Amino acid sequence: MSEQNIGAPRQNIDAPQRNGGASQQNIDAPQRAKVPALQLSGVSKVYQASNGPVEALSDINLTIPQGQFVCLLGASGCGKSSLLRMLAGFESLTAGSISTYGMPVQGPGPDRGMVFQDYGLFPWLTVLENIGFGPKHAGRSRREVREIAQKFVEMVGLGGFSDRYPGQLSGGMKQRVAIARVLANNGRILLMDEPFGALDALTRAKLQEELLTIWRETRLTVVFVTHSVEEAIFLADRVVVMSAGPGRIASDIEIDLPRPRDVSSVEFNVLRREITQGLSSHLAPQKLDTAMVNA
Amino acid sequence: MSELPVSVGTAPVAPAIAGKSVARRSSTVALGLIVPILLLGLWWALVDWSGTMLIPTPKDVAIMMWDFTFGGVYDDAFSATLLMHLWASTRRVFMGFGLAAVSGVPLGLLLGRSALLRTLLDPLLSLLRPIPVTAWLPLAMIFFGLGSNSAVFLVFLGAFYPIMLNTVFGVRSVDVRLFEAAAMLGCTGTAQFRSVTLRGALPSIFNGLRLGLSFAWILIVVGEMTGVQLGLGAVIMDARTLSRTDLVITGMIFIGLAGFFCDRALVLINNRLMRWSPQHHV
Repeated sequence: MSEQNIGAPRQNIDAPQRNGGASQQNIDAPQRAKVPALQLSGVSKVYQASNGPVEALSDINLTIPQGQFVCLLGASGCGKSSLLRMLAGFESLTAGSISTYGMPVQGPGPDRGMVFQDYGLFPWLTVLENIGFGPKHAGRSRREVREIAQKFVEMVGLGGFSDRYPGQLSGGMKQRVAIARVLANNGRILLMDEPFGALDALTRAKLQEELLTIWRETRLTVVFVTHSVEEAIFLADRVVVMSAGPGRIASDIEIDLPRPRDVSSVEFNVLRREITQGLSSHLAPQKLDTAMVNA
Repeated sequence: MSELPVSVGTAPVAPAIAGKSVARRSSTVALGLIVPILLLGLWWALVDWSGTMLIPTPKDVAIMMWDFTFGGVYDDAFSATLLMHLWASTRRVFMGFGLAAVSGVPLGLLLGRSALLRTLLDPLLSLLRPIPVTAWLPLAMIFFGLGSNSAVFLVFLGAFYPIMLNTVFGVRSVDVRLFEAAAMLGCTGTAQFRSVTLRGALPSIFNGLRLGLSFAWILIVVGEMTGVQLGLGAVIMDARTLSRTDLVITGMIFIGLAGFFCDRALVLINNRLMRWSPQHHV
């Protein structure tokens, strides 16, 4: 993608974007830049459980500008994954609306690529075929598909593993394939559902670095769900902290530490302490519940 | 595994691997032969020891097999007729099995995907399933008359259920995540059905086909009881009437061998299509 943008300052999100993505020529550049990548207004979700309706998300309002790296942070059960799945179009809303680039979200689509925690790779396709899956189904020619897949397999550093099947790869490699598969599809929004949660600490750190590089090079909008405070602060421009019962936004914090970020720096740890305290104050009543159940 | 990423220097590696796999394969075959040979010995010993005239020794059966295949020993109505009978049975097996596959797989795919169809057809199919195929014999003879068509129908019935049920199971066990992944990559509708549903169900479909084909060979004997002239099942029935137990056992052995080689052929295709998953290799 646009190598000339590697060094561009990341605050540059209001400036007209590179003319990437063939799918966006219908909007002229200055207007496109102002439209938020994702806009959520009054989003609520109620599940029908066996013992009555359960409110999973309540009145979520969030505007994510183009090119921003946002982390949704929260304990399990706060509805952050549900929210992400709604952005992807996998789940319906009970109330409210979600729009992307001004258009309402109606089901999953290639403009919003999802990276799942459990990879979701097609086990019967090779690494190259998995990456080429999107372009192939978009009707590209066989040669184009191969060229695109080749380009992105190199980008995630798996050039030597093109003909392997997912079953022959490590967790970290599988997640690289999953990221490359979304990038190859030329979407503008990358949705990630605890993508590094199942990986060991070293692989996780390496993939975090690589994700930032990819994000810098492609200027994608990233929505990244995690329960790790450190991961959120390390990666994001902005951390949206969610609390449970019903899921709602507890706080919305801009992270303006310079990159690459040093997890041992004073500023980093001030932020970490602040956010962790916020999180545990939401957790307290829940912990009490568990304690009572266990007693 | 190790030969996969290596592109340089595969030439010297390949013969070593081939040699190793030949050695391993022959040792597998040798191990697999131990028990059958022991049983053969036991059979022989028991016949000798009891002095029975009703059961022939393995040697008598071997002579019969030779005569049935090449002739020149007894030179009766059964000498050198193997190919004729084998061809007649194989044709019926593959007609019945083919019908079962072309109806069972699509129906299984539909039932797997549509809850409405499942509700509609499941009671009927569950009710018909426990009826033994042999119980259909009288009705089959009324519908299709005496002869080949009844045999094909019974083979079809026997092969249909395992094929259909395994296909339904295969479709329903495809990871939901893969449908989401496909939809998110812009693959929906019929393309998704082909690229995800069918591909994901393939291992299970092949299981069903293998089971179906083995049932087909089991049922051909019953099917050929319906008054056909040719076929290994007919040979066994005739031999029983003539009290020629050596010929009965000969027929049994050839049906076993035919079923075995048909299964091997399916397994070869299976292993080729399921290259991606060592656990689906047989």
